[in-house]
Amino acid sequence: MRTMFLSISFMFLSLCSILESHAQDNVKQVIPSASIKNIKGEKVNSATITNDGKPILLNFWATWCKPCIQELSNLSSLYDDWKEATGVKIVAVSVDDVRNSAKVAPFVNGKRWEYEVYLDENGDLKRAMNVNNVPHSFLIDGNGKVVWQHNSYAPGDEEKLYEVLKQVAAGQEVTGH
Amino acid sequence: MKTLLLLTCICCFSLPLLAQNQSDGTIGGNFQIDVQSYSPDSLIGAQNVPEKVRSNAFLNLNYTKGNFSAGVRYESYLKEILGFSPNWGGKEGNAGIGYRYARYTNDDFDVTIGNFYEQFGNGMILRTYEERGLGLDNALDGVRAKLTMLKGLQITGVFGKQRSFFNVGPGIVRGIDGELLVEDFLKNFGDNVSILPEGWRLRFGGGVVSKYEQDTDPTLNLPENVLAYNTRMTFQADGFALDAEYAYKINDPKTTNVNTFNPGRALYVNASYSAPGIGINVSLKSLDNMDFRSSRRSQLTDLVLNYLPAVTKQYTYRLLTLYPYATQPNGEIGVQADLLYTFPKGSFLGGKYGTSININYARVHSIDSTRNLSDSTAIEGNLYNTNFLSFGRRVFFDDINVEIQKKWSKDFKTNFGYMRQYYLKELIELLPGTGAIKTDVITSEFIYSLTTTQTIRIELQHMAAEHRKIDADGNDKEAEKDANGFTISPKLDNNNGSWIYALAEYTIAPQWFISVFNEYNYGNEDPNRRLNYLSGNIIYVKDALRLSVGYGRVRGGILCVGGVCRPVPASNGFSLSVSSTF
Repeated sequence: MRTMFLSISFMFLSLCSILESHAQDNVKQVIPSASIKNIKGEKVNSATITNDGKPILLNFWATWCKPCIQELSNLSSLYDDWKEATGVKIVAVSVDDVRNSAKVAPFVNGKRWEYEVYLDENGDLKRAMNVNNVPHSFLIDGNGKVVWQHNSYAPGDEEKLYEVLKQVAAGQEVTGH
Repeated sequence: MKTLLLLTCICCFSLPLLAQNQSDGTIGGNFQIDVQSYSPDSLIGAQNVPEKVRSNAFLNLNYTKGNFSAGVRYESYLKEILGFSPNWGGKEGNAGIGYRYARYTNDDFDVTIGNFYEQFGNGMILRTYEERGLGLDNALDGVRAKLTMLKGLQITGVFGKQRSFFNVGPGIVRGIDGELLVEDFLKNFGDNVSILPEGWRLRFGGGVVSKYEQDTDPTLNLPENVLAYNTRMTFQADGFALDAEYAYKINDPKTTNVNTFNPGRALYVNASYSAPGIGINVSLKSLDNMDFRSSRRSQLTDLVLNYLPAVTKQYTYRLLTLYPYATQPNGEIGVQADLLYTFPKGSFLGGKYGTSININYARVHSIDSTRNLSDSTAIEGNLYNTNFLSFGRRVFFDDINVEIQKKWSKDFKTNFGYMRQYYLKELIELLPGTGAIKTDVITSEFIYSLTTTQTIRIELQHMAAEHRKIDADGNDKEAEKDANGFTISPKLDNNNGSWIYALAEYTIAPQWFISVFNEYNYGNEDPNRRLNYLSGNIIYVKDALRLSVGYGRVRGGILCVGGVCRPVPASNGFSLSVSSTF
């Protein structure tokens, strides 16, 4: 059993290194394909999330996560200005499982949040994006590349985020993080 | 197994070549390393740990190229941190590859071989998932295919064996599930074909899961193939949503249901309404003999096939999590109602920055059942009779909670909460004689921003607890005390009585978190156990890297993440945690 595991992983790693050596630049992941649900509970493929060549802030959160709610509440009051200045779309992916997932839509509406919200009930997208804990944010540029990410939330994080976001919207290289 | 190996190789080498999207391949992953030291502390009941220091760690590596992806996870339990199942580390610690998969996906289908996580509907007949923080991982190992050739219709099929620590369980699991989105499906017959008014949505689904396990029992004639199915529907119109699922399982005698031949049944109904500023959610859940596993002999969280989360609010404030409800898969019926309202900014109660109020009520009862006397002498038979959806007399859990969040100014925010709860400890924790606990908890949280990036957060909480006796007939009575005022019945545990909790946290965004907190069991009936549990933490964050160092006493209790809980024993020592995504 163990030999098999080892041989598979060895082959996997060697394959990766061969293919990776052909990679031209240090490309980070785009939103991978995973089965998630939209706010109506209908299955969608996460790879179809787009913002017409403008930046996306992909935020993983949960209804039981206090810092997540604090972060999304604080971003909510800035969202209109940010949208106007940078064209950013905030996509909030809830990792609540079926214990709480039915509460997500009423929760988001009750909080007057205007984000595009998805449900990742079984952690498929969370796993595909290699997220350990919530909150975890990814800033994705117009080409679908992850250019910045941040785990956890402290009030004031949005200052740094906005700096980075402005660089991304202007098509500049992200610096100083 | 050799076939699987061969298939993995073929997929690994051929699929990237077939992939239509010839973008560059990418490698991503994440890791987490947790280290905990254990110092002797007999006062809090910390157990003796001969290794002194223990560690759990994992690293995921995912490779993606076009439509192809593959990945592995290496895990180590050297030995497992206290509270995780001792089966992880075994006697001498354990490490190895616990998860590996290869997957190909395009617009029409999605095939995975190796390990995978899957959920049918609400998970009442099948959910394989991982909760690394709790040491739960019941992934299937086998093959999964999803077909989405017709618009609005998705079919998922699975074949596999279930993960049990570093092995797989004895049962073979087979399942098929279909989901039909009515309006989308009708688009297959023409762009304008529709039966529902604009904005209305209707969805149907159904699944079947069958588990095969050999019957080697010398006396009982056990079903070798246990079948379970579910049917479900969802209706949506504007802000209204109705979601219902019914599940049925044939007789499935095993250790956890005392070998009863009763069938299993479950119903879950959820209705919600929301509009900007308001969200209402009401749910009902009834379960009868729904413990479903891929092995008859497995217990606790091992080899569980389905997911039956508690129909109660999930709390995060520390004292509110002291007595969390755990679902009783052998029989319960519960209701929950939740209301969230945000007063508009500028209104009298909303103020300049807005105010939110959240009210939640949950109540769980036994199901109304009677012992089946005619069958009780037979070896095989239904052990009890019950009417579906009937409320029994016993209250397992009752809980009301009100929370108010208000932002007073640009720099200052408060959260206040009150909770009243009834918790049938002897049933929920399987500890006969420990009765029930009635608690009243007040929580408060103050968040003050010193500058745009520096914030101070204070939490103060108080819990008043009353211990109740449950008599032989299941009636709730006042506790019985001796002449000195000490409780004779119910039996009290180490953490009995009232508590007070305080936390102070200072954060410098986006990198530093420094916090100190103390829990004080001032109301413990035993004066020697009126203990302080003082802890401190420093966390450093840079992008996706998180480094946390802590020191202090941890009270024994139940830790919940997502919808699942595990007991955590009391401990005293250093903790270190490093995690990142790359």
